[in-house]
Amino acid sequence: MFDRRFFLGSAGAAGSLLLACPSVALAKAATDRRFVFIIQRGAADGLATLAPVGDAAFAGLRGAFAEDAQSGTKLGSFFALHPALAETAKLYGAGEALLVHAIASPYRDRSHFDGQNVLETGAAGAYRLKDGWMNRLLGLLPQGEAKAIAVSATVPVALRGPHDVSSYAPSVLPSASDDLLARVGDLYARDAQLSPLWSEAMATRKLTGDLSGGGQNGAATGALAARLLAGDNGERVAFIETGGWDTHSGQRGRLAAQLKGLDALVASLKAGLGADWSNTLVLVATEFGRTAAINGTGGTDHGTASAAMLLGGAVKGGRVLADWPGLAPAALYENRDLRPTLDLDALIANALAQHYGLDLARIAATLFPEGQRPRPIDGLIRA
Amino acid sequence: MTAQSIALNRFGLGGRPDEAAPADPKAWLDAQLRSFEPRPAAIAAAPSRQEVAQQLADYFEEIRGMGGPAARRAQAIVPEARPRPQPAAMTSMAPMPGQEPAQAMAQMGGEKALNERIAGLPQSAQQFIRKAGRDYYLTSVAARTDAALTAPAPFVERLVHFWANHFAVSADKLVVIGLAGLLEFEAVRPNVLGRFEDMLLAVEQHPAMLLYLDQAQSVGPDSRLGGLAAMRGRKVGLNENLAREILELHTLGVRSGYSQADVTEFARVLTGWTVDGLGRGPGARLAGGGGAPGAFRFAEAIHQPGARNILGKSYDQPGIEQAKAVLHDLAASPATARHLATKLARHFVADDPPSALVDRLSAAYLRSGGDLPAVYRVLIDAPEAWNPAIAKFRTPWDWSVAALRAVGTRQLQGQAVAGLMTQLGQPVWRPGSPAGYDDIAASWAGPDALVRRVEAAERIASRAAGMVDARTLAPKIFPDSLSPATALALARAESPSQGLALLLASPEFLRR
Repeated sequence: MFDRRFFLGSAGAAGSLLLACPSVALAKAATDRRFVFIIQRGAADGLATLAPVGDAAFAGLRGAFAEDAQSGTKLGSFFALHPALAETAKLYGAGEALLVHAIASPYRDRSHFDGQNVLETGAAGAYRLKDGWMNRLLGLLPQGEAKAIAVSATVPVALRGPHDVSSYAPSVLPSASDDLLARVGDLYARDAQLSPLWSEAMATRKLTGDLSGGGQNGAATGALAARLLAGDNGERVAFIETGGWDTHSGQRGRLAAQLKGLDALVASLKAGLGADWSNTLVLVATEFGRTAAINGTGGTDHGTASAAMLLGGAVKGGRVLADWPGLAPAALYENRDLRPTLDLDALIANALAQHYGLDLARIAATLFPEGQRPRPIDGLIRA
Repeated sequence: MTAQSIALNRFGLGGRPDEAAPADPKAWLDAQLRSFEPRPAAIAAAPSRQEVAQQLADYFEEIRGMGGPAARRAQAIVPEARPRPQPAAMTSMAPMPGQEPAQAMAQMGGEKALNERIAGLPQSAQQFIRKAGRDYYLTSVAARTDAALTAPAPFVERLVHFWANHFAVSADKLVVIGLAGLLEFEAVRPNVLGRFEDMLLAVEQHPAMLLYLDQAQSVGPDSRLGGLAAMRGRKVGLNENLAREILELHTLGVRSGYSQADVTEFARVLTGWTVDGLGRGPGARLAGGGGAPGAFRFAEAIHQPGARNILGKSYDQPGIEQAKAVLHDLAASPATARHLATKLARHFVADDPPSALVDRLSAAYLRSGGDLPAVYRVLIDAPEAWNPAIAKFRTPWDWSVAALRAVGTRQLQGQAVAGLMTQLGQPVWRPGSPAGYDDIAASWAGPDALVRRVEAAERIASRAAGMVDARTLAPKIFPDSLSPATALALARAESPSQGLALLLASPEFLRR
């Protein structure tokens, strides 16, 4: 048996993260820190992104999906990063990626709408708060750092609130996302007039999703975000939309394309930020995870806990942070999902407190006012 | 569809989140025939005819001063500027995060397309067209859209769109860019609840129509000015364009029994119907200069004198009365009644309208002396129009208005609308032919068109996400009529924005 609580690190330091108490990072110069939240809308499958290959139940639950995990980057003996995340694996190797597993927001039902609302508002339940936690964060930052932008057509819930934010997105974004096109296809399937028209349209049309397309779209989005964030006059806080994670069917190919896009996004963000990358914290998170087992259509259904990532030069990475609950039937949440053992709100509050040198209790009370006072998770950010 | 849903979508322009579904659908429609506002604030704020026509007059004056080849090239705005540009390529209509959507849409649809069309023209012509396009056309498109989005009588607004398309002018002919919207505002709206004959007369005397179908320059060979011109060896003469289209498109309908001789005779009758204040030369003064620019003018000096014979009837009225008498008879003709009844039934019931309904509409038209509300009431009472099966595929305009209403939009910039409509293949007041846009599914339900709508749905949804929840919106827009498949798709959507996009792209939303 091994200790369920562990760090897996390139340094091989396996210890209890939750009990470790290094000193809190001191605030750096007031205006050079960057924070980026990349949202994965649609419930990204954490068990495929960061596969717990060391869990005895994993291969049985995941069938053919487990093959992807075998060809991915091994992070110690227990976890493997999806093979599409090659650039992320490099960040991990360079100590700039902290991967977190079995983590969830306070939301415990399985509606995308409600789950994203909780993820973005920072409330304990859906539609309880109108403002987003990222907007409230701006109120805690020095004036020079309270500059935020959404890389999207409109300001998302996470950034809505009393503090001014801007939004910007490229003039040429991919046309309708793959996922929407697929759903429209399902919707037209039994329509005698629309179904043949749609089949024809799809046959003659090269599909380009918002993260698929060989990673080109993701890279373009990352490069754009970097342009907005880089330099003394750049934005300091950014929100980046990604969609298409709701893989109910044909997950292997679709998720690989999604992850490749995400990987390219992060890589081009790093490249574009240049020296500013060293002061950057990137959070990647989704509204909830997916079922532990594969469903009947080669996909997974809505679940509970998933994986999250902290990336960037500011991150003390090269580790996996998890309090692994196990995948044995009795360990699963409601007999079907990965059980949450870490609180996403607490991770965010701790990471931001350390990144900005703010008091944890104060930041938690502002960003997640309905939650409990979070346990300290020290050592997320480089001192 | 339930009767409520039919009233909202088939008769109306689609539901709004801030408006309740009508409790009594038929009464709701009937009441609109009394509550319609011909000149709501949005329309009243549109550019005036005088302003638009003055710009045109100034431009004509300028090119007259040029002389030679430059003037001839600048005159290129008068003849047709064909072919109609294809809508922007698929890739370029992608969502435009970052830029204001309006701005991006304008680049794709409005200004970019316009710039391509006028690239070969002289600078002065380009300047004229840009100003007319920006200040007049786009402003009018915005006014039309505002009325459609917020009007208290959406059924009558739909009828306005119907009649404006029946009496189509096309801004493809660049000289009418600024005037196209005014035809709808000044000739259609005030008469949509009146007699057809009055609308017909208002349309045929409108500068947009007189210029679009070349009537303004048609000169009777034996008129005073025609004689003078012939003596000086100048080529002026009859133009049959408007006469033919009145017979073929506006009234009797194609192949309804008139001959080429009838067309020519009618063209002679119409000589003298022209636009005031656009010319300043001596000839123009004779023909009709000096008045308020853009006003209708009957110019005796170019009117072909004498009695005329059309469809076996002799017309010997003096001056302007002659054409009025012909229009009066055309409006009262059973062929016209049938033509209009067929088009109305096609618009509200089916691409191939049931003949029994066409008969009833036609009879109501003749019985009432062309009183349009009497015809509309037959439509409201027609069981065929309340068939729960959805037969009509929404045109791009219809779909866009319904989509914008559904997400609660109350106002949109003209360039945003113009761009959207160009991308969807139905630019506003630019059908490319006097026949107007088709009103059948075969013209609109194509593979590529479908993808464009889905892309537009995603874009509209992304702008509205967070403001509306598709799951609560859908039953309001389609009272008791949402299909289980669509309801399920909305519930399973991966985000609020995607749910909204799916609603706008759903089979029930594509039709009415």
